[in-house]
Amino acid sequence: MNSADRAATSFEGAGLRFPRRDGSRVPFSAFSSPEVYALEQERIFRGPVWSFLGLEAEIPKPGDFKRTYIGDTPVVMTRAEDGSLVAWVNRCAHRGAEICRLPRGNATAHTCVYHQWSYDAKGNLLSIPFRRGSKNMTGMPEDFDLAKHGLQRLRVDSYKGLVFATFSASVCGLTDYIGPEMGPYVDRIFHKPVVYLGCTRQYSNSNWKLYFENVKDPYHASLLHLFHTTFNIFRVGMRAKCLADSAQGLHSVVLAIAQDNLGAEAYQQQNIRSYDDKFTLEDHSILGLIPEYDEITTNHIQTIFPQLVIQQIHNTLAARQLLPKGPDHFELIFHFFGYEDDTEELRNLRIKQANLAGPAGYISMEDTEATELVQRGIVGSESNSSVLEMARSAPDEQHSLISENLVRRFWRGYQNLMGFKSEEDGGA
Amino acid sequence: MMSRVEEALLRLDLMALQDRYVATLDDDRLEEWPGMFTETCRYEIIARENEEAGLPAPLVYCDNVRMLRDRVVSLRRANIYERPAYRHFLSGFACKRVEEGSFEMSCNYVVVNTSLRGESQIYQAGKYFDLVVDTPQGLRFASKRVVYDTSRVQTLLAFPI
Repeated sequence: MNSADRAATSFEGAGLRFPRRDGSRVPFSAFSSPEVYALEQERIFRGPVWSFLGLEAEIPKPGDFKRTYIGDTPVVMTRAEDGSLVAWVNRCAHRGAEICRLPRGNATAHTCVYHQWSYDAKGNLLSIPFRRGSKNMTGMPEDFDLAKHGLQRLRVDSYKGLVFATFSASVCGLTDYIGPEMGPYVDRIFHKPVVYLGCTRQYSNSNWKLYFENVKDPYHASLLHLFHTTFNIFRVGMRAKCLADSAQGLHSVVLAIAQDNLGAEAYQQQNIRSYDDKFTLEDHSILGLIPEYDEITTNHIQTIFPQLVIQQIHNTLAARQLLPKGPDHFELIFHFFGYEDDTEELRNLRIKQANLAGPAGYISMEDTEATELVQRGIVGSESNSSVLEMARSAPDEQHSLISENLVRRFWRGYQNLMGFKSEEDGGA
Repeated sequence: MMSRVEEALLRLDLMALQDRYVATLDDDRLEEWPGMFTETCRYEIIARENEEAGLPAPLVYCDNVRMLRDRVVSLRRANIYERPAYRHFLSGFACKRVEEGSFEMSCNYVVVNTSLRGESQIYQAGKYFDLVVDTPQGLRFASKRVVYDTSRVQTLLAFPI
């Protein structure tokens, strides 16, 4: 039985059927089914993908560690005494207790509090209390081998200071995983050493894939985020670039390229709500844009599936880490950063422009509102599907923001990874 | 040295300011909120994890009162969110005079928010760290730093804390 057959069989009852092969119809149960969620943990997060864990700049020194997750699985990323990056499942080899209990810190050894089994930063088991027994007590059997009971190590690698890990022994290397289409855009942002500026966390009552759709959907930007339109920031007619990776279509980048303001007419003609010319900001500094890159963009939003969204909005930079928390919740962590050689002016602008993006961001706060509206709206309609038709007849179009091409590409890649056939291909 | 009576009166004045502040937010009188600050004020909401690590990334950061007014206009005219119904609860009040007409004040806060579906939840817990100055118009916040413990912001943060 191949994986597709297995999926079709086990999901007959759950009713997950993609009506079309082109990704233009997504069954709503994809966002709510516990069975689908459990299978995603296996086939995506513990499968052949590289998951973003954090920035090297978060753990600059030997012994620095951060507790995080790949999907649901608790993992720790750390830097060993020799400076190498390491990631292991945060689960004691003895009885399964979480070993690392602090969100961040510095330690060259990690000891489980339950029975004090102790590991080095690379996850090697160093010692067990009473291993040799004591007086009349026996201790561990003679054949117990410490070397065979280390922590579960993950493949880990970093690309330009972004740390990724995978459970898969077979997935290609990280650079190939990011791929030739996406690499240059990651390089664009990570072309020189970065400094970690801290994080903000947002918790949403909605499925993680709704957020992935959101960041691949430039169509919503000027319609949902009215800060743009109200204060004249972002325009439908703005020059854009929307690309997906050619391997699976799960990664993508959306660029909004700065050009002259097209004015209010385009919005007024479309009768879009609440456009009003009279609102201006008293303090425009929040919309400043100090040129930093060859191509000047107001927005660079790039996904590296499944846990990373790279963000450049004006001069604010963030690596957003997306963590699923059950079928109807996700956590989104905005890791803000700057460059080591930032001038004071530029650094201050990055801090100020954190007002634009994040849980309270002027042009991002609505995203979780929207994904939660979907999560609430689809209850009872699990066998119905969403309709993703915008620019469907122009699948190769890359310069329009009024498009759902990247979202459809995402769903085709997702179906492929999950082994979900579509009805058009005879899938159940 | 302040007399005990002076200290008590100062404490009452500052507590009254803090009460007016939270009432302004809880009663949805956002337009009055910037008026409680000086022109060159700082208003910041920052996660305790960043504060303790000495990292600057804010949830909200304003370095003058115009940015506060901009936030109100944006919340009223541009942003889309479920209108919150905040109730602030304060405890552990402390204050001291740093110099003539300038006072430090801190207290814990809890914000309970009630959704349109009628659920009341603790939305945020944290602590205010304020610098208050005496002006011809009365006491004003020269700085209000809102350091929150509830690191996971539920859904979004629109209204100030």
